Amino acid sequence: MRGPQPVESTKVSDVPAVARRSALVLQGSSREIGDRVFKFIMLLCGLAVLATLALIVYQLVLRSSLSWHAFGFKFFAARDWDPVNEKFGALPFIYGTLVSSFLALLIAVPLAIGVAVFTTEMCPVRLRGPLSFFVELLAAIPSVIYGLWAIFVLVPILSNYVEPFLSRTLGWTGLFTGAPYGISMLAAGLILAVMVIPIISSIAREVLMVVPQHQREAALALGATRWEMIRVGVLRNARAGIMGGIILGLGRALGETIAVTMVIGNRPEIAKSLFAPGYTMASVLANEFSEATGDVYLSALVEIGLALFLVTIVVNALARLLVWSVTRGQPARAHA
Amino acid sequence: MPEAASGSARQAVASIAWQRRVTDHIMTGVAVLTVIIVLVPLFAIFAYLVYRGVGSINWAFLTQTPKPVGESGGGMANAIVGSGLILALASVLGIPLGIGAGIYLAEFGRNRFGDAIRFTADVLSGVPSIVIGIVAYAIVVLSQKHFSALAGGVALAIMMIPTITRTTEEMLLLVPQALREAAYGLGIPRWRTTLSITLRTATSGVVTGVMLAFARIAGETAPLLFTALGNQYWNLHTNQPTAALPLQIYAYALSPYDDWHRQAWAGALVLIVLIVTAVAAVRFAVRRGTFGAA
Repeated sequence: MRGPQPVESTKVSDVPAVARRSALVLQGSSREIGDRVFKFIMLLCGLAVLATLALIVYQLVLRSSLSWHAFGFKFFAARDWDPVNEKFGALPFIYGTLVSSFLALLIAVPLAIGVAVFTTEMCPVRLRGPLSFFVELLAAIPSVIYGLWAIFVLVPILSNYVEPFLSRTLGWTGLFTGAPYGISMLAAGLILAVMVIPIISSIAREVLMVVPQHQREAALALGATRWEMIRVGVLRNARAGIMGGIILGLGRALGETIAVTMVIGNRPEIAKSLFAPGYTMASVLANEFSEATGDVYLSALVEIGLALFLVTIVVNALARLLVWSVTRGQPARAHA
Repeated sequence: MPEAASGSARQAVASIAWQRRVTDHIMTGVAVLTVIIVLVPLFAIFAYLVYRGVGSINWAFLTQTPKPVGESGGGMANAIVGSGLILALASVLGIPLGIGAGIYLAEFGRNRFGDAIRFTADVLSGVPSIVIGIVAYAIVVLSQKHFSALAGGVALAIMMIPTITRTTEEMLLLVPQALREAAYGLGIPRWRTTLSITLRTATSGVVTGVMLAFARIAGETAPLLFTALGNQYWNLHTNQPTAALPLQIYAYALSPYDDWHRQAWAGALVLIVLIVTAVAAVRFAVRRGTFGAA
């Protein structure tokens, strides 16, 4: 940091008020103007943030109106996606998005909470830094690399070992039947799980760390074992915040595009089996948007985008409120 | 028979204590297990990247453009440069806006209007990247009438802004009020105080936010699909379709050719090295804690 620097207008502060007012006219006015201009430019930057969101909403609504007028609410309930005959229904994509995201949460939540509890409550202090660094690193891997790895490593493992095993042991549930191709809803759910774990676990870690130390001490003083202390003194106090982290992870999973598109199979069908290919709202956009011919087709795709946008906004707002209620006004840190 | 009763009670207490201790150990074991399960994919991904990528990177990969379909050889040089171009455009647009909005929030934004911007920035950071791609398409591509590096840059800039805005605000708020007052006391105008005193003190924190945002967008594929589109040839014009490393990896990974798979791995390794370098640099800067000392 540099030291204070001499500035010519310093003298202004020690002249009497009357003289100062006249001095302002002469030399201080330029400084007033400087401040106003500065504030105005910064205000413009702030307004740009508002304008960006407004522009997103405006463009999505504008460009989806054709499809909205043609199909109305039925758009979200219809199952057929037939660009040739211009019949569009978004249900298979909504189904695929929901199932893959919930599957991801089912796998990710226990793991992420386990990692957060271990790093904050159990592990030696020396390990804490490196461990959270590794989990953060997981968040820094680009989606396309997850997809690449999933295609060439995860999918073969699934089709050769995991899926045959699951269909032998749990095939009777109907969730694990059909040909084990690997490219499936299951693969999408798994890769999504890996991608949302760092988000959930870093929020959970933050929330666990703001649980007051005396809660832990009180539980231990009553003779609780470490696990009982964590269960009663820590996790119970952090419930709302952890829930917020989970919902934030859900928001990420719903909107995740590339990795899912690479492994889900991209077929607009609703199948009970997790071995069957599916399609999500984000992946239909990725695959078909630049090739969409016809205004209604494009408009239907934008409407899917609009629906995805609205859902993620609601989900994220909910998550932030929950996290804020725990960390009490400390702004949630950005997670990259 | 009070003695027998207390004896069995003692036994009961002992067995409960034993149960509690076992539960404690089991739960510790479960927590360790979750850590191992989470770290396995991380190491598996990096191991595969290095294993498949290092063997695939060669001089041709780094200096040549893609060969036509079916011919082996060639490289991703144009995609690496294209990514650089798109990221530079995004940074030029996104970084000043993000920092400016952050300054507004920290210095002038203690009001309803500031809260609205804060909330909007948070909402914006949760918008799926593919949706931002659609909007950049609607704004830039439709008005320019063709796909371009600029459209890709706009999409990525929109993704950078919220992260930069919020971290800049946080870092500026960490700067003690007394420092600002000292500057005002010397008669330094407010704008000069903010830029030369407050922002300068918070520099390393702000840089951290910028690097995090940069690392986040550097690997983005979805918003580039129908903005930058991709290109098999060299292009340095901001109004032409442009190749990008993530786009090229995506296209090659889904292709049926072994040689293209090989190049996808090489491209992925180049991409991850760039990103991890950025993230590690950030952590190093934070560890030094220049802004924390302020």
